[in-house]
Amino acid sequence: MLLWSILLILAGSVFAGPIFRSAGSRTGWLLAAVPAALFLLFLLETGSVMVGDYPVVGIDWIRSLNVGLDMRLDGLSLLFALMITGVGAFILVYAEGYMGKHPMKGRFFSFLMLFMASMLGLTLSDNIILLFVFWELTSISSYLLIGFNHEDKSARWKALQALLVTGAGGMALLAGLLLLGAAGGTYSLSGLVSQGTALAETELGRIALPLILLGAFTKSAQFPFHFWLPNAMAGPTPVSAYLHSATMVKAGVYLLFRLHPVYGASDLWIQALVLCGSITLLYGAVLGLFQRDIKRILAFTTMAVLGLLVMLIGLGGELALKSAILFMLGHALYKSTLFMTAGNVDHETGTRDARLLGGLRRAMPLTALAAGLAAFSKAGFPPLLGFISKEYVYKASSALEASAPLLTVVALCGNAMLLALALKVGLHPYWSRVPERAEGRPWSRFLPRSPHEAPVSMILGPLFLATLGLVLGLFPGFWSAAIVEPSLAAAYGAPVEVKVALWHGFNLPLLLSILTVALGLGIYMVRQRTWRKQSISEKIARRDPERLYDFSFAQFVDKSKFVTRLLQNGSLRFYLWVILAAAGLLIGYKLLYLGGVEASWDPANVGFFEVVLCLSMLAAAAFTAFAPSLLHALAGLGWIGFSIALIFAYHGAPDLAITQIIVETLTVALLLFAARSLPKFRNYTPRGKRTADIVLSGIAGVLIAALALKANALQLFPTISSQLADWSYVAAKGKNVVNVILVDFRALDTFGEIIVLGIAAIGASLCLSSGMGKSGRQYGVSPILCTGAALLLPIFVVLSLAVLYRGHNEPGGGFIGGLLAAVGYLLYSLAHGPEAAERKLLVSPAMMIGVGLLVALLSGLFGVATGAPFMTGGWLPTFSLPLLGAVHLGTPLIFDVGVYLVVWGFSLQTAFALQAHANPETAR
Amino acid sequence: METLVAIVIGALGAASIYCLLRRSVAKFIVGIALMSQAVNLLIFMSAGMTRGEAPLIEGDATTLASGYADPLPQALILTAIVIGFGLLAFTLALSQRAIQSVGSDDLEDFDNTDK
Repeated sequence: MLLWSILLILAGSVFAGPIFRSAGSRTGWLLAAVPAALFLLFLLETGSVMVGDYPVVGIDWIRSLNVGLDMRLDGLSLLFALMITGVGAFILVYAEGYMGKHPMKGRFFSFLMLFMASMLGLTLSDNIILLFVFWELTSISSYLLIGFNHEDKSARWKALQALLVTGAGGMALLAGLLLLGAAGGTYSLSGLVSQGTALAETELGRIALPLILLGAFTKSAQFPFHFWLPNAMAGPTPVSAYLHSATMVKAGVYLLFRLHPVYGASDLWIQALVLCGSITLLYGAVLGLFQRDIKRILAFTTMAVLGLLVMLIGLGGELALKSAILFMLGHALYKSTLFMTAGNVDHETGTRDARLLGGLRRAMPLTALAAGLAAFSKAGFPPLLGFISKEYVYKASSALEASAPLLTVVALCGNAMLLALALKVGLHPYWSRVPERAEGRPWSRFLPRSPHEAPVSMILGPLFLATLGLVLGLFPGFWSAAIVEPSLAAAYGAPVEVKVALWHGFNLPLLLSILTVALGLGIYMVRQRTWRKQSISEKIARRDPERLYDFSFAQFVDKSKFVTRLLQNGSLRFYLWVILAAAGLLIGYKLLYLGGVEASWDPANVGFFEVVLCLSMLAAAAFTAFAPSLLHALAGLGWIGFSIALIFAYHGAPDLAITQIIVETLTVALLLFAARSLPKFRNYTPRGKRTADIVLSGIAGVLIAALALKANALQLFPTISSQLADWSYVAAKGKNVVNVILVDFRALDTFGEIIVLGIAAIGASLCLSSGMGKSGRQYGVSPILCTGAALLLPIFVVLSLAVLYRGHNEPGGGFIGGLLAAVGYLLYSLAHGPEAAERKLLVSPAMMIGVGLLVALLSGLFGVATGAPFMTGGWLPTFSLPLLGAVHLGTPLIFDVGVYLVVWGFSLQTAFALQAHANPETAR
Repeated sequence: METLVAIVIGALGAASIYCLLRRSVAKFIVGIALMSQAVNLLIFMSAGMTRGEAPLIEGDATTLASGYADPLPQALILTAIVIGFGLLAFTLALSQRAIQSVGSDDLEDFDNTDK
């Protein structure tokens, strides 16, 4: 049920768009049915959760990393799940009315449901990695929702700010959770929590704490990371009501509740939570007093309440935690109501400016009723839920042994200011006189819109949630045992009996409550006269930690631009210099560190011929580097290539020698084609830079030579070659070990390589697809060449087939065969032109590549069909044929045919393209 | 022999890097061709060079006798040669297109998308 609930909401998110297109203005109601049904289902679980029978889900996800889709519904998760689905259902209905005829409404619902699923997942996760994934998902969906009006630049900026702040905190949280997991030896949240305070005393546990706190504080907008929350009001009102008051910002609080059994006794925990919490409480409330926008006022009071909750969790103990849970529940109810009623006011009057609003009770009686109820709950008047929770806050703070007076005063001041703000937001717009400035002018010209009651969808939620605050306050006995007790047990770490009552008799908390009311009313009165003064608020804003965010953001962008300009200046030469110099330094250092290089010189070991060959290669290298033209360079390259083929041949590598010779031939042909269209060598670099280049390449050359010697001398790991050689005939039925490695042992590598060839062919022919105009070239001029090429073509093809067939046992194979066949066609193409050559080929080279890849793939799939891994070879029984003798047939040979076709097709595809490009007008 | 080949590899590498540092596109391509030669030789040498027989199983034998050249680097180099050829062909095509689009063969002019 736990996993399905999340998947169901996610499905709602995915299909919100299509549903909106067909259901239109019923979308919100339809979608709300999902969380509403889930709310009831969660409610049914209270029975089992109460007796400690927690529903769990455990599905393997990434087993090697110990990450599972583990979920667990204990009391705390249940409380959050009820808040998320219960408030969520009304928010969806509300959004239906609020978004009206917004063209992107489907998308809005989709984001909202995505958030709902992530938030639910966060509270249900029992695996800390899973929890982190959902944690980040809430940040991302919050980003999408705050920046929903993405045409507005400031909305985008604010959304990014929220994402960066909570995202940075999320990174810290991840580190903290991993450390905590390492400390506890498990990623299971319940497993970690059950280890209790012992976990907090491990070294890793101690290091994890500040990181986890960073994550929780950024998410729950604690000072000094609070500034993103008021800015998040750029999102549409349903978002503010849901994410930024009732649910997402409480994720941090949730985490703190969760980890209280672990860290509750740690000094850092207590100090950080109490200090940051109380600062946030007072700072948020004071800033709220200086706002005009009723939505911003609500944002600041949310911040203040979050501060109070954090402070209470920091105080710890049964009483403080109980008051925090009650306060959080009350807050979820009244704050989402107040946001929605503020949204109604905004929607129906066109303004949220507290100075302009007044006397709306006539036009919007139901909204006024809901707002009034919520405001009374927020203000802490009996008999509402807010009253009870406030009583418990005072009970908790005054019951402390140390620092009781100070914290009680903090709570008192905070509550008094919250009361004043509750009146400002929940009562003032509806019950005050019509503002002075409006008198003498008609109401309609004064407000952007003439006020009237909001539609049903926008009234239902506020009225219901506000009434719920009243009902829960009137009858605390019958639900507290079912809801508060289990969640308190999870946060406290041990079962606690809870009796919540509305009336506690005449005692200190009641006195403090009365004091709060008096003080709050006083603040309200004073503020009422001075509401228009903004100077103090601006002064505070100049010193707000948000300036630090702005500063570092600007610096970051600035420095990034500088570094980019410095390193990515568009000069390839510069890039190469940086790379080579860095690589050179590292390699040089490493070589020295490893004790330098030893070069041996034994004249007896070196033949005269080899010395001459190598010396000629040195000369050719220098000649190529300083060649005056491309043709000269080609000559040098050719010499080097054929010399390397000789070296291969001398050292027992006939396959390599043959491949090298054919590739050399093809390369020279391609470069010759290109030489027609490539510009001549030109010297662009001044002499000084050229000298520097010579020095750098000289140093690089020395390092490469040293590296080669070092690599030759070192043998770090035992080679697997002898095993490959032992298996070659026995297991893979091939006597040419090199070919067996290519088509059998490492066939997957080879498959990747021929795919690369295919892609290169497509890329090359796309590059050349639009021809440049150049003078045409006459083909078929030389009769000897024409006849010779035509005669040789079939010989090359037959030869290539023979090489392909015998490759498994003797030098040859698909690579060499393909290249050989290509040479034959290239010769024909030189004589008769690429078009004629392609006609001789019957199919296009591109088709050959495709067929070749398909053949290779199918030969690999044969193994899969028999249940073995991809590319496992399969063989037919040996049989005899006349002429060929004993024949082994198996999938590696078919694979080699695929290689043959791809190499053949690739060579011709690029060669024909280059040739045609050099001579676009091919003539007969 | 190893020392001699190492010197050749170094020289090829140096020549290649010098060409890669040129601003002329054609020289740059020559540099790429040289580099793949140098690297193939480097792999060949780093596995140890045996002036022995090809790694082919003789006649009726079922395993390779000792004293044969190491087959594994050969398999690696064989594909590397062909891939190097593919790389060169693609670079040729790409450079022709680029020269046509940019209207210059000076690599310092190829900086429009970077700024």
